[in-house]
Amino acid sequence: MASDYTIRLWRGDATGGDFCEFRVSVEPGMVVLDVIHKIQATQANDLAVRWNCKAGKCGSCSAEVNGRPRLTCMTRMNLFQPGETITVAPMKTFPLIRDLVTDVSFNFQVARQVPAFKPKAREADGTYRMQQEDIDRVQEFHKCIECFLCQNVCHVIRDHPEHKRHFAGPRMFVRYAALEMHPLDTNDRRELLKQKMGLGLCNITKCCTEVCPESIHITDNAIIPLKERLVDEFYDPLTRLLKKLTGRQ
Amino acid sequence: MAEPKYETHEYDVVVIGAGGAGIRAAIESSAQGARTALICKSLFGKAHTVMAEGGIAAALGYVYPDDNWKVHFRDTMRGGKFLNHWRMAQLHAQEAPARVLELEEWGALFDRTDDGRILQRDFGGHRYARLAHVGDRTGLEMIRTLQQHAVHRGIDVFMECTIMRLLKDGDRICGAFGYWRESGKFVNFKTRAAVLATGGIGKAYKITSNSWEYTGDGHSLALWAGADLIDMEFVQFHPTGMVWPPSVRGILVTEGVRGDGGTLKNSRDERFMFRYIPELFKAETAETEEEADRWYTDKKNARRTPDLLPRDEVARAINSEVKAGRGSPHGGVFLDIASRRDAEYIKRRLPSMYHQFKELADVDITKESMEVGPTCHYIMGGVRVHPDTAAATVPGLFAAGEVAGGMHGANRLGGNSLSDLLVFGRRAGLGAAEYARGFTGVINVGMDQVEAIAQEALRPFENTGEESPYVVQQELQECMQSLVGIIRTEAELRNAQEKIAALKERTRRVRVEGHRQYNPGWHLALDLKSLLAVSECIAASALERRESRGGHTREDYPKADPKFAKVNVVLRERNGSLTLAQEPLPEMPEELRQLLEEKQ
Repeated sequence: MASDYTIRLWRGDATGGDFCEFRVSVEPGMVVLDVIHKIQATQANDLAVRWNCKAGKCGSCSAEVNGRPRLTCMTRMNLFQPGETITVAPMKTFPLIRDLVTDVSFNFQVARQVPAFKPKAREADGTYRMQQEDIDRVQEFHKCIECFLCQNVCHVIRDHPEHKRHFAGPRMFVRYAALEMHPLDTNDRRELLKQKMGLGLCNITKCCTEVCPESIHITDNAIIPLKERLVDEFYDPLTRLLKKLTGRQ
Repeated sequence: MAEPKYETHEYDVVVIGAGGAGIRAAIESSAQGARTALICKSLFGKAHTVMAEGGIAAALGYVYPDDNWKVHFRDTMRGGKFLNHWRMAQLHAQEAPARVLELEEWGALFDRTDDGRILQRDFGGHRYARLAHVGDRTGLEMIRTLQQHAVHRGIDVFMECTIMRLLKDGDRICGAFGYWRESGKFVNFKTRAAVLATGGIGKAYKITSNSWEYTGDGHSLALWAGADLIDMEFVQFHPTGMVWPPSVRGILVTEGVRGDGGTLKNSRDERFMFRYIPELFKAETAETEEEADRWYTDKKNARRTPDLLPRDEVARAINSEVKAGRGSPHGGVFLDIASRRDAEYIKRRLPSMYHQFKELADVDITKESMEVGPTCHYIMGGVRVHPDTAAATVPGLFAAGEVAGGMHGANRLGGNSLSDLLVFGRRAGLGAAEYARGFTGVINVGMDQVEAIAQEALRPFENTGEESPYVVQQELQECMQSLVGIIRTEAELRNAQEKIAALKERTRRVRVEGHRQYNPGWHLALDLKSLLAVSECIAASALERRESRGGHTREDYPKADPKFAKVNVVLRERNGSLTLAQEPLPEMPEELRQLLEEKQ
């Protein structure tokens, strides 16, 4: 049975804008993105929204629904009461392009700075041998669909845009962790993480983990182990003493 | 010299589309030293490849040492009802393993066997467990690996940029003209060679697993540039899409569910697939439920479950069951893995299916059956290409992946798409780079053609009527779904042709509101042109092929016809209208023919 909802959508561009109210009749099973599409097809043809798969696999339709960062394609309308007003706003951390669409190019810029995967040599029989339990933790990181909700919610850049110059953000820490823990990789990115990617700025409030639609344990499994590796490398008193004595850097 | 009117870039090779095929093509082209641009309609890494679930078919032989390229070739040709271009099927089967290993070298992490090698999973129509996979999110692993590799190669990527037309200098390609979604401004690419890797046409149908991008852009760009299209009547309806709730109808349910032990049942709890085993597959398909269940662990002494017949067979069977009144409450059938595998196994093997049903349908697939039904998934037909170089019939034009035709014949096997993207993406990049290197002339883009395209693109802002692009698209989708769907007849196809012609006329009058900056209404108005062009191609080819074969079923010609076994239906645009011809298939060498006939 259909029921009526009131939806407030942000409409505007870099120069300004406001929330606009729409009344929509919602069928069973609909998600927030369906409602936005319905408004687009019937009431506001030029309403800008970014989406692709509508199945939670591509991470394009990120927005803030009633203040919470979410994939709109995986947010069921039955989460809300009929008659309730639902507010959909664009991600706050990224510059607005139009309506619900933001400029997420920051994420692609920091991705370009990640030193490449550098595999060790193959076995004599031409294969790479890896045990499943040794790759489980990296496969968790590979689940990332790059919705950038973690980047959006991270207060280091959400509240302090100036940090974008020297802070890669949770998505990229997941990527660094995936590379650092990859059984075949031979590259070392620890110095970079410490000096340029701002790993130290993260104070592990776990906001990123909370909003991850893929339930990746960003803080516990990626960020904290990376922090520990940096500590081992740069701050471990024994290692430092050894380095001093041998002159090795 | 005066500033050009439109933002202009110059490259050796421009790759249009950034899914698996496009990125692989760009990587190869750039590795060959060609200045390469990669253009994508969405953000980088969001293309349809990201949704692929089951795996990459490659005869690595890690799980079954008896597997090799010859068996894979045979499976592919049989799945395609022998209409495949034999040389493409051969190259594909031979090169897929190397392409998978290459992904591993670029950082992909596939699930492992007990001895630490790449694990391979069972899939429809494949004799052996053959699909390299990562749970049920293989496409994500593949596109991310390719994406990151392309980034490290420093390839120029143009995101949210849509190409509207290819530009020509005489007979050859000299550029591509499009617009930025963000600003709505036009952009011109001068290039020696263009690679089409734009994927498919699913958005012409109402129930589809495809995203908004799949509007037949590459098929249309090629057609309008004078290139040949083949096999456009062959559209794959994946047997298992979600059917409930209505808003998720069509979303894909991976064949991996059946590969990992799931089975199809009707409302009487019958495993009905045993009643739909066609002659061609009788000898290698299990006859009893006991044998089918044993096959999962004993491939030597048991034959494959009919649940894993090729997709065209399974989709038709589901269609018949529903028509006969034995369907599920919401017009599908049941897919049951809950009663056959333990919850731990299901969650590990099919995590995103578990998540998808839980979140979108309130169904726990470890406890209940799923409701599934056919969904438009893939088009086998596409740009006619040279198998070795991926060159289209227009000089300077190349095509790879779903937009190219020939590889899959009348029906594609699951898992053969991701491998196709890698094998022919690489070959297209190589072919285009070599062509560009050999090109010594001047790239001369006549601005008249560019101006005409720009004017036409802006017309929806100037139109005054009430025609909405959303309404036209919806009516087209209804028309294709009901008249050019799984089962077709001459009367319905002719009816569809009339409707498409009328919609084409109405498209000239669509009006859009607002301005050019990120305006989805306008983008849809522009996409309608290609959607209508491919719909016209599908209907015309479907009318021409008066037989049933693979992804093309005619109720009025229910049998396969030996006459049609020897021809492709070829489409061309000449002087603004569509022409159609039946042309003979390329002759297969004797040693390959023998592979098809051998009893395995």
